Amino acid sequence: MPLIKSSEKISVTFTLNGIKLSKNIYPRTLLSDFLRYSIGETGTHVGCEHGICGACTIIFNGKPIRSCLMLASQVNGHELTTVEGIVKDKNLDDLRAAFKKHHALQCGFCTSGFLITISSYLNENPEYADEKEIRKILSGNVCRCTGYVGIVDAVLEVIKKRNEHKKNA
Amino acid sequence: MNKDKKILMRPKYIGKPIERFEDSKYLSGNAKYTSDINIDKMLQLVFVRSDESHAKIKYIEYKEALKLEGIIDVLTFKDFSELNQITSPSRMSNYFATYQDVVAKNKVRYVGEIIAVIVAKNRYVGEDALELIEVDYESLDPVIDPEEAASNNKILLHENIGSNVILERSFSHGTKDYIKSKNIKSVSGKFKLSRKSPIAIENRCYLSDYDIGSGNITLYSSTQIPGVIRDALSKILGIAGNKINVKALDVGGGFGGKGSLYPEEIIVTYLSKKLKKPIKWTSDRLEDFLTTSQAFEEIIEAKLFFDDDGKFISLEGDVIGNIGAYSIFPWTGALEPVQVIGFLPGPYDIKNFHGNVKCVVTSKSPTGPYRGVGRPAAVFVLERLVDMAAKSISMDPFTIRMKNLIDTKNLPYRIGSGIIWNDAGFKECLEKSKNSNFFKEIIDIKNKKKCNRTWIGYGISTYAELTGIGSKISVAPGMPINTGSETATIEIDGTGSVSGIFAIASHGQGLETTLAQIIADEIGIKPEDIKITHGDTSKAKHGTGTYASRSAVIGGGAAIKTARVLRKKILKVAAYLLETDPNNIEIIDGIISSLNTNKSINFSELANSVYSDMETLPVELRDSLYAKESYDPIFGATTTATHIALVEIDKQTLKVKVLKYLVSEDCGKVINPMIVDGQVHGGVAQGIGVALLEKINYDNQGQLTTANLVDYKIPTASEIPKIDVVHTEHFLPENLGQFKGMGEGGTIGAPAAIANAVADALSDYNININELPVNQEYLFQLLKNGEIR
Ligand code: FES
Ligand code: FES
Repeated sequence: MPLIKSSEKISVTFTLNGIKLSKNIYPRTLLSDFLRYSIGETGTHVGCEHGICGACTIIFNGKPIRSCLMLASQVNGHELTTVEGIVKDKNLDDLRAAFKKHHALQCGFCTSGFLITISSYLNENPEYADEKEIRKILSGNVCRCTGYVGIVDAVLEVIKKRNEHKKNA
Repeated sequence: MNKDKKILMRPKYIGKPIERFEDSKYLSGNAKYTSDINIDKMLQLVFVRSDESHAKIKYIEYKEALKLEGIIDVLTFKDFSELNQITSPSRMSNYFATYQDVVAKNKVRYVGEIIAVIVAKNRYVGEDALELIEVDYESLDPVIDPEEAASNNKILLHENIGSNVILERSFSHGTKDYIKSKNIKSVSGKFKLSRKSPIAIENRCYLSDYDIGSGNITLYSSTQIPGVIRDALSKILGIAGNKINVKALDVGGGFGGKGSLYPEEIIVTYLSKKLKKPIKWTSDRLEDFLTTSQAFEEIIEAKLFFDDDGKFISLEGDVIGNIGAYSIFPWTGALEPVQVIGFLPGPYDIKNFHGNVKCVVTSKSPTGPYRGVGRPAAVFVLERLVDMAAKSISMDPFTIRMKNLIDTKNLPYRIGSGIIWNDAGFKECLEKSKNSNFFKEIIDIKNKKKCNRTWIGYGISTYAELTGIGSKISVAPGMPINTGSETATIEIDGTGSVSGIFAIASHGQGLETTLAQIIADEIGIKPEDIKITHGDTSKAKHGTGTYASRSAVIGGGAAIKTARVLRKKILKVAAYLLETDPNNIEIIDGIISSLNTNKSINFSELANSVYSDMETLPVELRDSLYAKESYDPIFGATTTATHIALVEIDKQTLKVKVLKYLVSEDCGKVINPMIVDGQVHGGVAQGIGVALLEKINYDNQGQLTTANLVDYKIPTASEIPKIDVVHTEHFLPENLGQFKGMGEGGTIGAPAAIANAVADALSDYNININELPVNQEYLFQLLKNGEIR
């Protein structure tokens, strides 16, 4: 059986959380493993490695993607944001505060993925806080602890508050 | 009373929805789960697992694998021969223990059982090696169907037992005279609850670090039960307990799946000692499906007898539980099926009860504890029977329950299986649910929404559970481990800050916050100033962990007991410093004040005078500010709830959607309502999974056909409605703190409520909902038959 020897490392250059990096990697390295083990940023979690749970969601060129379904070699020349990156984003302090207030996390394992998915939804500036739509957006991420009640409430609140703020401004 | 005394009001933190102290690390990606830890020179394990359900191993060929660069070794059972087998003893008579080799020796009994261990520099190479290893089997007939396995001794999974039944037990209470009575009515059915998987989003992970200098081992484990694992490893590996430290870091959910001992954690620990290297194994989702303890799979035949007025006369039940290939440690495989029969009579006054249970081994993955243990099945069966009885005499489902629920004034009440219910508001919860606006609303929706496109119906379920179980009762029948007590250590260091150390192991329950709330109220400090340590056997020497809705009750009770001892010590020193009597002192948010003078000190000054400053206090008062106490509630605390679900079934797709959900529950004193509601929400969501989606399927060759999250569906935000919760607080005066456990209730009540709601929606058809999950395929079959009849 032919084996991928994977002995030749290739070089990739990319931007992670605003910082330009260059790394040599084996071509078959999964992006999620690359982030967690080569870079050491373990905030991106892995729950299934087959694209269902959403725990590994990161932002790739402005769009949320599953890092378990991509190879690290594919990030060459691109921009990535992980949960460690959005921590620095003060605009999302309201979302984190709402997560605490509404108990939108228990074991916390799914939380990074949800924050990433929600942050990119919030970037679209939703006009209304529509529960049904929010549930649809969230259904690409799985949480086994919260029953989604707190997560949905947190998102509803953030959208409402942001829209009120805009009206008053 | 001294008139000059100031009146100071100590704020109460118990009962407040305090935001969790643990949240920040998760929200910033800074939590540390076991898989996040990597140690220099660490090696990784990849397991060669059986792909046959029941077979003899003829040979294992791994020469090619050894040639791969990065492969350190491939090990088989010979390399583990000094390890004891895994076995789970029990004091139950008629119980037969199973024996499992940590690495299978000559026979495998389920797909996924470990046959060989690849030690590799990293997982990628390890998985390359996996491709190069060949295992030759001599296939044996699989043992799949529990009914057949129970009656057929020709194909035995464990030859030494001589039967596939590892336990049979009967319960009988009262008489069977009612059968002769003229006015007796009955309803009955054969019910099935499918096998399921707990599915924590974090897969299991173990990392063992051997310290060459000291010979000490640290096992980082994604476990719910570090204390139990430490004790078991000490026995199996023959190492003193103080040389092994089991540390549960952040754990990404458990739900029972991380609440047993696994071969992988023994192997990881053993190899790190043998190879003197850090050894890690991280499960992937496929391995999780194959090897993390599964749940349920029961067939239950039951019959409820009642009179014309709907008063229950007797309950008869026959349970067959398929426990899988091995009896799991420490609970035994009897845990789940025995609890099904044990809890079958529910919170009802039923004078006669006759039950039987058989626990059967099959060549499927072992089962173990899962959120609710036994009660999701018991409640599903009984509550279906109750609704069927009500329908047969045209009685309203509330009325029939109200008529039969045990009245508070008759508590404590021993049900037919021997379980004793103590103080709990059975009827109160039911009444509250009926009188709620929620109920008016759903009736409204039900009446308005009647349309051609969907069927709509509501269902209720009422149940009781035993939580925070003390030493008088074993969590699992006949189990040799006492899980009835927990210890708390609380100390004040030289800077005056307070730490609490517990052997429980929070994995999402927010115990760092709730235990701080409890200690804060007792001592008079702010919860945020207390540091709670848990899940580390080097810090808390004895204690079993977090499972069976026990941590708030037993850990919380220990916190109170210990804090009271410490407070006394504080008051003694403070009285000297403030030149007053201990009774004239109040402590509020960390300020210790005399009630009759203006003097006060803070905790840093207090600690300084005890530990550092050698002048202020006489030597006998310089006793360390430390207390350690154990708490055992002796019996358990009865938690109860009524659930109401409103469901809609699409006539075209036969998809069931839960539209609205209410839980009316009594969990005693609520420590943190936000966290309690969160536990209820999460429990109900898993119960909805049980009711509608989650089904582990093995084919007739014993192959798992639902081994990923596409084939095995768990609820997403689109399948879960908003969940309302109302509380009743019934106290149990003997219990410190009056807390009751409530982490499992959601999963206990929801399957029954939803099954009843589906039955209500389809009440025009002559069908019975007696199998869960109610998925589209099941409804399709049922309706086809229903129309034909
Ligand atoms: S780990 Fe990538 S979707 Fe689950
Ligand atoms: S908080 Fe545990 S999986 Fe979401």
